[in-house]
Parts: sequence; C-alpha cells; structure tokens
Amino acid sequence: MATARKDMRTPLARVRALGSAKSGTSDHIRQRITAVALVPLSLFFIGFVVMLTGADYATARAWLGNPIVGVAALLLIAAAIMHMRIGMQIVIEDYVTGHRLRSAALIANFFFCYAAGFACIYAVVKIGFSA
Amino acid sequence: MAEQRQAVERPLSPHLQIYRVTITMAMSILHRIVGVALYVGTALVAWWLLATATGPDAYAAFQSVAGHWVGQIILFGYTWALLHHLFGGIRYLFWDEIVGLNNKTADIVSWLALIASLGGTVIVWGIVCTSRGVI
Repeated sequence: MATARKDMRTPLARVRALGSAKSGTSDHIRQRITAVALVPLSLFFIGFVVMLTGADYATARAWLGNPIVGVAALLLIAAAIMHMRIGMQIVIEDYVTGHRLRSAALIANFFFCYAAGFACIYAVVKIGFSA
Repeated sequence: MAEQRQAVERPLSPHLQIYRVTITMAMSILHRIVGVALYVGTALVAWWLLATATGPDAYAAFQSVAGHWVGQIILFGYTWALLHHLFGGIRYLFWDEIVGLNNKTADIVSWLALIASLGGTVIVWGIVCTSRGVI
C-alpha cells in the first residue's frame, strides 16, 4: 500500500475492474420484496392490534395462538426485521462517518435486529405450541 | 491514508438548506425519520409478544404501561409512523417501476400519502376509542 499513498485516484477508481461484488444488489432487491410483503402484513398487524386493544390475557393469548394469526405474525416479523435491518444500514452508511464508529453502528444494527427478531419469533412460537 | 484524502478539498454539492422545501422532499425526510422510529418501536412489539408468552403478570405489566397516557402517546405516534411509512413506501414501489414519476403526479401522490397517513391514524384511534367506550 506504500505506492497507494501517492495515488491521486479516488477510492472508487482504485477498486474498479478488480472484480465485482456480485451480491451488491441483494439488499436493494430484498428491501423491495419485503416492502411488497409488508403492505398487506402491516395492515393485518394494525387491524389485529386494534382488535386486541384492552383485551384480557386469555383473549390475547388465544388469538395469538390461532395458527393463521401465528403464521401471519411470523411472516410479518421476518419481513419487518429484514426490511428494518437494511433500512437502518443505509441510514448508518449515509450519516455515520469514521471507520470504527461506523463498524460499531453496523454491528449494533445486526445485533438489535437479530435480538428483536428472535425474541418475537420465540414468543409467537411459544404461544402457538402451548395454545 | 484516509487523513491524506481528507486534505484534498473537493467541491461539495449543495445540500438541504439552499433548496425550497417541496412535498416530495419533506416526505422523503419524514420517511427516514419514521422508519428509524419504527425500528426503535420494534422493541415494544417484542416486549408485547414476550409478555403475552410469559404469563398474566407480565402481560398486565405491559398493559399498564401501554394504557398509561405516555404509553398511549407513544402508541399513537407508532400508528402514524407505521401508516406514514406504509403509504409513503407504496409511492416508492410505483416509482421504482417508473409509474407516476413526473413532478405533478409525484406531488399529488405525496400529498395523498400524507393525508392518508394522518386520516388513517385518526380512523384507527377512532375505532379503538369507540370500542373502549371512550367516545
């Protein structure tokens, strides 16, 4: 890298033609596919939560234990978590500068998404299997 | 190496402050802000689901926070954020397919998305309040 110090080319020019990333558009495509899935799923979510407002424990548990509701909830969780992981990654990449801070933010994003996602999935599966 | 690059003063493209605010621009910025809000709100959804999976006491603890006026304001904001991101996001799906991608249509659908998100929030909470006998 000693020669690169005197290199006046931009970072992009230096990596060009060194090979493609190949999966570079995967996040872009996933973001759109999950967005399409989330249109009906989030409408279902709003309707479901509205129906359950103020519901007692037994009612809430019975509804979440319904197989159709449970599967829809799992689909919603999977699509929403993937969508928000990509969305937050874009926000971080746009605004967070500095290698270490950016890396830490990107890793924290993954950790939060996995933690929230698995917490939701665990809860829905547990309710479903004990219904 | 990175420090050396910083020393090269390249011209910067003009940023937000010099442009007239347009509805599409405002909606774009809002889309990001409510997106981040929804991201944080996922923790509340996880709490709600885990509380329901755990037992009556945990569920009651969640209900008391959600039923508190602070919780209600957060839930109201969450409803609007979700509807805004939903209606605003549908525009992007059409624009990706180059449908309605001209200034006039873009302005109209952006206003419609904003009105739909605000109207939808009022309708959702109207239903909630009616079913609980508040109104």
